[in-house]
Amino acid sequence: MELFTNQVLAGIATGAIYACMALAVVMIYQAIDHLNFAQGEMAMFSTFISWQLMQWGLSYWAAFLMTLAFSFVAGIAIERILFKPLAKAPVLTNVAGFIALFAIINSSAGLIWDFTIKQYPTPFGSSPFLGSQLISTHQAGMIGVTVLLLLGLYFFFQYTRIGLAMRAAASVPESARLVGINTSWMIALGWGMATAIGSIAGMLIAPVVFLEPNMMGGVLIYGFAAAVLGGLSSPFGAVVGGFLVGVFENLAGTYIPGVGNELKLPIALALIISVLVVKPAGLFGRHIVKRV
Amino acid sequence: MTTLLNVKDLRAYYGQVQALHGLSFSLNEGSLVTLLGANGAGKTTTLRAICNMVRSTGAIEFEGKPLNNRSTESIVRFGIAHVPQGRGTFTTMTVEENLQLGAITRKDSAGIVSDIERMYAHFPVLKQRHTQVAGTLSGGEQQMLAVARALMLRPRLMLLDEPSFGLAPLVVRDLFGILGKINREDKVSILVVEQNAQLALELADQAYVIETGRIVMSGKAKDIANNEEIRKSYLGY
Repeated sequence: MELFTNQVLAGIATGAIYACMALAVVMIYQAIDHLNFAQGEMAMFSTFISWQLMQWGLSYWAAFLMTLAFSFVAGIAIERILFKPLAKAPVLTNVAGFIALFAIINSSAGLIWDFTIKQYPTPFGSSPFLGSQLISTHQAGMIGVTVLLLLGLYFFFQYTRIGLAMRAAASVPESARLVGINTSWMIALGWGMATAIGSIAGMLIAPVVFLEPNMMGGVLIYGFAAAVLGGLSSPFGAVVGGFLVGVFENLAGTYIPGVGNELKLPIALALIISVLVVKPAGLFGRHIVKRV
Repeated sequence: MTTLLNVKDLRAYYGQVQALHGLSFSLNEGSLVTLLGANGAGKTTTLRAICNMVRSTGAIEFEGKPLNNRSTESIVRFGIAHVPQGRGTFTTMTVEENLQLGAITRKDSAGIVSDIERMYAHFPVLKQRHTQVAGTLSGGEQQMLAVARALMLRPRLMLLDEPSFGLAPLVVRDLFGILGKINREDKVSILVVEQNAQLALELADQAYVIETGRIVMSGKAKDIANNEEIRKSYLGY
């Protein structure tokens, strides 16, 4: 029983990271109808920035906050420079743009900080949480920060005027313009927020997977899986999907004989495909019915 | 009476296709003007051109200020509220959120709260359903919501694109009654595009008839309604 609880809690902790990545992916998908393949690399680059700031002597939380601000501005800049001009381009052009962004960020990080694995600090320590062997303080910190972030985002979108305007711009852009919302800037703002959310995921997972340019590859695949599982049209679904994927991945690795660490990923993805066969819009997604 | 909206030699294009061929008309402050015409005559395009939602040339002036080459969202900030064809409801949001979105450019939060109450007085059914998701409203209720959302801007001018479309005759009567009241009591000037010419002419002060992208007739709504020849050849009733 202790093993089970332990695995579930560890799953929730990594699931929190998948939830953040899935949320970032969904926010951009809602704004521009494309999957951002470079979301993980953007998060990785942000994490390197925070590492660099700490190397220069800043405290963890100072570096954390500065990285958030940097990521927010960088996300807006990427949208303005690269994806705003591509807004009316065909899907494949956009896909090429995302792949280019992926490769550029990945190689730049390698060029600046090289490809060797680096230790990344945790502000929470890695002792047992509240004296219990079930979960470490860092894992508890991952869950805590994510929950705070999610609550903050919920209040932002539900109770602020700018949050309302962003939701309106994403759901019916033409009507949003007709009530006076600058939809183009709302998209840029969405990019900024998604990038900042991704950077939080990167900084929280870096102590676990270590810091290197390819650190987010696996995480982003789980993030995508979570987003698709929960439904790309539902931010709430993406978050739930993230936690589900995290828990399932751990339980499958522990209890299904022969799976272990190596086969965790394919098993998790197989589950997701099975869910999608039954519910193509994802668990919480809306079917969009078009009249023909 | 001062001219609120003045449109001169308006030409509009969808890609290579020209939809308006030099259209001119004007609207006086406080008046209710209707644009009539058959399917494809260019009524909707005219409204869309005013809000810069379609490529156009010519002069569009609002209170003497040119609107050309401004973005749709900045034109709205002049006090022009556009209720588009199909109503443009934010279907995944609640009725109250739809109303708040109508006032999203305003800064006076106390005024917004009292205006929402005013809309509930105009349209009691919206009050009953204020927490309901707007997509679950009936067609008539959604049209009420669209008009209320537009009024939340406290507009100087309201553009309405076929408000009667798809509604039961009784609901249309109701809606047009409210539009007349808004025009008289709240001093909102209204430009309404309609296929239901008979009803629109009853409501309007001034009417223009469009055919294939040109104005072919204009005058007092009463005169056009009483002229049998015009009615038969252009309005089909």
